[in-house]
Amino acid sequence: MQTDKLISMLATNAEPVAPGAVRRRLAVVLVAGGAGAFVLMLAWLGIRPDLAEAAREPMFWVKLALPAALLVTALVAAARLARPGVRTGHAAEALLVPVGAIWALAAASLASVPGEQRMALLLGDTWASCPFNIAALSVPAFLAAFWAMRGLAPTRPAAAGAFSGLLAGAVGATAYCLHCPEMAPPFLGTWYLLGMAIPAAAGAIAGPRLLRW
Amino acid sequence: MREREDQLKSLLLRGLAGEGAAYEAFLRELGAILRAFLRGRLARVPDEVEDLVQETLIAVHNQRHTYDAGQPVTAWAHAIARYKMIDFLRRRSIREAVQEPLEDDADFLASSDEEAREARRDLAVLLDRLPDRHRLPIVLMKLEGLSVAEAAKRTGMSESAVKVGVHRGLKALAALIRK
Repeated sequence: MQTDKLISMLATNAEPVAPGAVRRRLAVVLVAGGAGAFVLMLAWLGIRPDLAEAAREPMFWVKLALPAALLVTALVAAARLARPGVRTGHAAEALLVPVGAIWALAAASLASVPGEQRMALLLGDTWASCPFNIAALSVPAFLAAFWAMRGLAPTRPAAAGAFSGLLAGAVGATAYCLHCPEMAPPFLGTWYLLGMAIPAAAGAIAGPRLLRW
Repeated sequence: MREREDQLKSLLLRGLAGEGAAYEAFLRELGAILRAFLRGRLARVPDEVEDLVQETLIAVHNQRHTYDAGQPVTAWAHAIARYKMIDFLRRRSIREAVQEPLEDDADFLASSDEEAREARRDLAVLLDRLPDRHRLPIVLMKLEGLSVAEAAKRTGMSESAVKVGVHRGLKALAALIRK
């Protein structure tokens, strides 16, 4: 087939294209992934019984702000990576803001207690299950994010996969906040971040395989 | 350069809004730019340039919904062309060629080449390998120019199945090319 003929073929009866494809797909990721994580958390883990009291403590909102800030950063980065020729700006550096903030809080909290209590702040009661639970709750958003990216045009598949995975991890961690009883910054700065890093790493590995177009 | 960008952008936006003639003109202009761009970079495999021009045009068409009106068309199309070229070189395990990371978008528009060579890979042959649910809608609507309603009647498919068939069929064609 000659190139001229290919061009006429592509242009013939080409459907009009509605703007906003990236936004629409990412909205689906948030709605479907968020609903999936929430329902999974409800059915499998349950909401923490003292949620109403916990919500009166500032630390509860700080804890929620960690995945929420990472969610927004990952969402912006994913939206840029989904489009050819759009610079990602300082997405990776922007991640350091919430991470640095929680580590600063963790350092302050570790410094404020005697040495023998520090391990308790770091490990809490649930360190062994926390990263795994967050990763599991991120699965619906992970599937949705890869579906969304596959319908768009990432030219850097590893980065697009990593930020899609991080987005999913942040959605999962946000839902997990409603179950998890831990409130200590050293715990959050370690196990929550690890839980979100699992889907991000999985996304970085899967991206080059699944996001070709 | 600025003028060229504005002209391409206006053609693409009109094309995305459904103006077939403007879209065709956009693809023609872009095809010539891609040919010059790729010919300059794939001097070692000149016979494959036209194949890659075609593959990139299909990619531009299939991902045209990712273009945002706030963005220069040049940056968008250049990024697609680079992506497709790198993908091609990887597929061929040609390692050394790609090394101009700081290349300017303006250079992308700098030259065009309207003289198409013969493509080595015949897309018509690949098209024949698609399943009927993809192939028939493409042949009837895109090659014979029938309307959705006519194509639906001829194939016995529903109108939405015909539309989906065109869309998925062109994606399947791109996937066959990548193999």
